Amino acid sequence: MIEVNNLHKSFGSLKVLKGITEKVEESEVVCVIGPSGSGKSTFLRCLNLLETPTSGDIWIEGKKVTDPKVDINKIREEVGMVFQRFNLFPHMTALKNVAIAPMKVRGLPEKEAYDRAHDLLKKVGLEDKANVYPSSLSGGQQQRVAIARALAMRPKVMLFDEPTSALDPEMVGEVLNVMKDLAKEGMTMIVVTHEMGFAREVGDRVLFMDDGIIVEKGTPEEIFHNARNERTKSFLSKIL
Amino acid sequence: MSLLASYLEHAINVFPSLLRGAVITIEVTTFAIFFGLILGTIAAFGKLSKRSVFKIPSTMYVDFIRGTPLFVQILLFYYGIPGLIIGITGDPFRIDPIIAGIAVCSINSGAYNAEIVRAGIKSVDRGQMEAARSLGMTEGQAMREVIMPQAVRLIIPPLGNEFIALLKDSSLLAVISVHELSKNGMLYVSKTFAAFPTYISVALVYFALTMGISRVLNYIERRLGVSDRSE
Repeated sequence: MIEVNNLHKSFGSLKVLKGITEKVEESEVVCVIGPSGSGKSTFLRCLNLLETPTSGDIWIEGKKVTDPKVDINKIREEVGMVFQRFNLFPHMTALKNVAIAPMKVRGLPEKEAYDRAHDLLKKVGLEDKANVYPSSLSGGQQQRVAIARALAMRPKVMLFDEPTSALDPEMVGEVLNVMKDLAKEGMTMIVVTHEMGFAREVGDRVLFMDDGIIVEKGTPEEIFHNARNERTKSFLSKIL
Repeated sequence: MSLLASYLEHAINVFPSLLRGAVITIEVTTFAIFFGLILGTIAAFGKLSKRSVFKIPSTMYVDFIRGTPLFVQILLFYYGIPGLIIGITGDPFRIDPIIAGIAVCSINSGAYNAEIVRAGIKSVDRGQMEAARSLGMTEGQAMREVIMPQAVRLIIPPLGNEFIALLKDSSLLAVISVHELSKNGMLYVSKTFAAFPTYISVALVYFALTMGISRVLNYIERRLGVSDRSE
């Protein structure tokens, strides 16, 4: 499904990713954990080329993302992304936020796009907020709309970049629940998160990143209870 | 008493001529706003472009126009450039003052608009572009659907100020004898020496015009502001 081979990324002289190699299978939920500045978000953002890798290769669904000739917009259509700060379009209603990409990118007729958007808002429990602008929604609600917006493109993979980090604690649950449902439906997901409970419960595998590399990976059980690496242990001891 | 009466008489006498001048002023300003917006938008995107073929000329245009007085630009365009063309070709060459006036004002206003448009686009949160692109939108689609609608709300108020400045600055076109509002006032004064009643009338007509523009802009701002209480 996703294959990453020796991925490097530098910002100027700052090396953020120092050789990431990883495979993600279909329907797998992979949680990426690690201290801030470890390169987790950069890794995620490289996957749909929001950041251009310095070197290394990425394949998604057999298509080489890092090929300079590749139509990146086509690949992004298949890869949904959810951001820490939601990034909803403030000048559109919740419904239009969800409907806009299928209409403009996939050329879906308006009626169909809005029907699909309605269904997705229902799925994230916000059907009654369809005609509300993002500014009148709570953080948790905005993030659920953002998830619906990404799902509207019917992506094959969903990337989550710390989806609950900007939320008030009481709103974290509602967003995680939507993500759990998604995982149950078999969506392939890569989730950068600080929610260890989620990683443990929903994640098929956990990657621990530090200083631009994957230090340790394994099942949640292995990482959370039998971490072998000292850096993993010390990170987990600080947050658990 | 007789002074006031004579002032009033002058104000009434000059008024038809001022109205004719006001029509020219409005005409020049309207065209200059229109072309200035087009120029400004092009230059703004040029300055935002990563490619130096677009970036360098746009930057030079904006810097040169903003770094020189409009008065000098008018003289250069109306007298200097035809002079240069005559010098090269040897044939007589003249530009219609109104056309020249519209051209200079458009070019001048375009440079200021470029900065306003650029700043407006820049101040839309970066995450908006990322979100749009991550959904598979092209850069053009993201601009049209996501960035510009938000930028426009930020751009309109300073653009309005720019239009008002443009209307007032068009009075400088008197120097190339465009028969706009100020020029017609000056002509009347040169015949009658009634400077005070004439120029106060001129000033009041400008004031009425600028107030008119502000009203229209306020209305547009309110209309655009409805849905936007972002974040």
